[in-house]
Amino acid sequence: MPALLKLVNVSKVYRPDSHPVYAVKKANLEIKKGEFVAIMGPSGSGKSTLMHLAGCLDTPSSGKVLLEGKNISKLSEEELAKIRSQKIGFVFQTFNLIPRTTALDNIALPLIYTGTNLRERKQMAEKALKQVNLKDRGDHSPNQLSGGEQQRVAIARALINDPLIILADEPTGNLDTKSGQEIMEIFKHLNKQGKTVVIVTHESQIANYAKRTIKIIDGEIV
Amino acid sequence: MDFTEVIKVAIEALKTNKTRSGLTMLGIIIGVTSVILLISIGSGLKTYITQQLEGLGSNAIWVFPGELNINAGGGGEGVPGAGVAASKFTFDHIKQLEGESKTIKAVMAYTENNGTMRYKGKSLITQIAGVGPDYQEIRDQKVVDGAFFTRSQYNSAKKVAVLGKTVAEDLFGQEDPIGKKITISDQRYTVLGILEEKGALGGIDMDKQVFIPATTAMHQFDMEYIQSLWVQSRDSESVPQTKEEIETILLKTLNDEEFSVLDTKSVLGVVSSILGVLTAALSGIAAISLVVGGIGIMNIMLVSVTERTREIGLRKAIGATPKNILTQFIVEAIVLSFVGGSVGILLGVGGALLVGRFFTTTITPWSIGLAFFVSSFVGVVFGAAPAYKASKLNPIDALRYE
Repeated sequence: MPALLKLVNVSKVYRPDSHPVYAVKKANLEIKKGEFVAIMGPSGSGKSTLMHLAGCLDTPSSGKVLLEGKNISKLSEEELAKIRSQKIGFVFQTFNLIPRTTALDNIALPLIYTGTNLRERKQMAEKALKQVNLKDRGDHSPNQLSGGEQQRVAIARALINDPLIILADEPTGNLDTKSGQEIMEIFKHLNKQGKTVVIVTHESQIANYAKRTIKIIDGEIV
Repeated sequence: MDFTEVIKVAIEALKTNKTRSGLTMLGIIIGVTSVILLISIGSGLKTYITQQLEGLGSNAIWVFPGELNINAGGGGEGVPGAGVAASKFTFDHIKQLEGESKTIKAVMAYTENNGTMRYKGKSLITQIAGVGPDYQEIRDQKVVDGAFFTRSQYNSAKKVAVLGKTVAEDLFGQEDPIGKKITISDQRYTVLGILEEKGALGGIDMDKQVFIPATTAMHQFDMEYIQSLWVQSRDSESVPQTKEEIETILLKTLNDEEFSVLDTKSVLGVVSSILGVLTAALSGIAAISLVVGGIGIMNIMLVSVTERTREIGLRKAIGATPKNILTQFIVEAIVLSFVGGSVGILLGVGGALLVGRFFTTTITPWSIGLAFFVSSFVGVVFGAAPAYKASKLNPIDALRYE
């Protein structure tokens, strides 16, 4: 099976001229379709940078990032946005929901940028809400939801465009243990249904949910 | 990303901070309201004065003493009746004009003095105008009661008077004034008639005037020269020719700088240019408040971009292009200024209608169009910088922003 996502000799350097700091150094990584991978490392190890590179939020200083065999390293901001819109689903530690709209509107947000019409947006958002077991909370605004529920809304939002890969950056970091476990169960379930899931974490318990763990220390994959 | 969606997002964002959005709009509201109101009042005033002057007839010409530079357009010098130099006009001039010009229909002497009128213990200080027997035709104001003085009464400088409507009412009340003796500045006059109501003209209330023969006025007020001459041309087409004739005839005995010849058109020109400058200046000041309002919008939009840095980061992460973000914030600024502008237009038009009940106002469509355009333009211009800032945010930094 060909790699869904492939990083070849990828480095990310900050301040390359004066005091170069390698956030990621010559990383090689391959993620196949249907995998459930945890990227583990202590804080400051470059695991978030790695995820940003994998998620087309950032471009590498050197090396190649291949998504479905296509090199995204030299693409423009507009082109990267299009890829993120169609192929990547992000889940963040702090949920990042828009507080002034409902859960359903938050879930449907990515569809606005793909030009989906209102009726379809509503249908798709309701379907995604069902996938995360929150179907009766669609009209609630984020501040009426618990942390676990908010993260589930965020997962539904990541799912809505049926992305190739779901990238979650410390998705349980702001949650209590029980909610954290619930969230991980959802990821596990999604993976069972065939979704490719990559989770960045520093907790080994969380990493244990994944089928494969990649360790990163000081920007280098070990 | 369709346009209705963009507007919906903008309105939702603005609704979360209703007070702030409202206060921001206030700047635009005040600007637009004052622009519309001031332009309405300015053009109302112009219409009013134009109508008044046109009421004088398009074939009316005035000869004033001194040099009036009507093309300068500044100051009140161009306004008829403002004697800036000592007059040198005599009754000989009138005879010469009547005799030598081919296009003059009538020439009338005109003087103005203040005097005290008395009747049966009542007294009234008013303006005493010395005019000719053909006043009724020249000024197009008819006697409604009694009669005007005749040419022979004029020639022999009889002490007779024709009263304006208001004067007659103030002095006589219910009593019939015709044939009654009144005292004007210690001289006894016989009232011959009452003129029809005419209203104010150029700040002078015609109905508060008393008309006596100009010949009598010369003695009464001890004047050597006639203050001004009112000339009527044969028809409006002959006005330029008449003006030339007047100049040629008067130049025989007077210097160039001792008299000026004005017609309705030139007075109108002066008045409109003065009012035009005035309206432009006032609207300019009002427009400054629009700019200030625009800066208010820019300020709030910058705050909004900072506040919503994480939201911008998120939107970018889930697929918003820089252009999407730029559009979102510009539209938000436009909605602010557009709603503000619309409210301002309503208030401005409403205000103009209200003022119009006491004072002539003309609501011009172009002023509304201008206000509409300018306020939307303000939104684009002042929303551009914050929106550009938002569109350029790095999504990773924006997501990390606390």
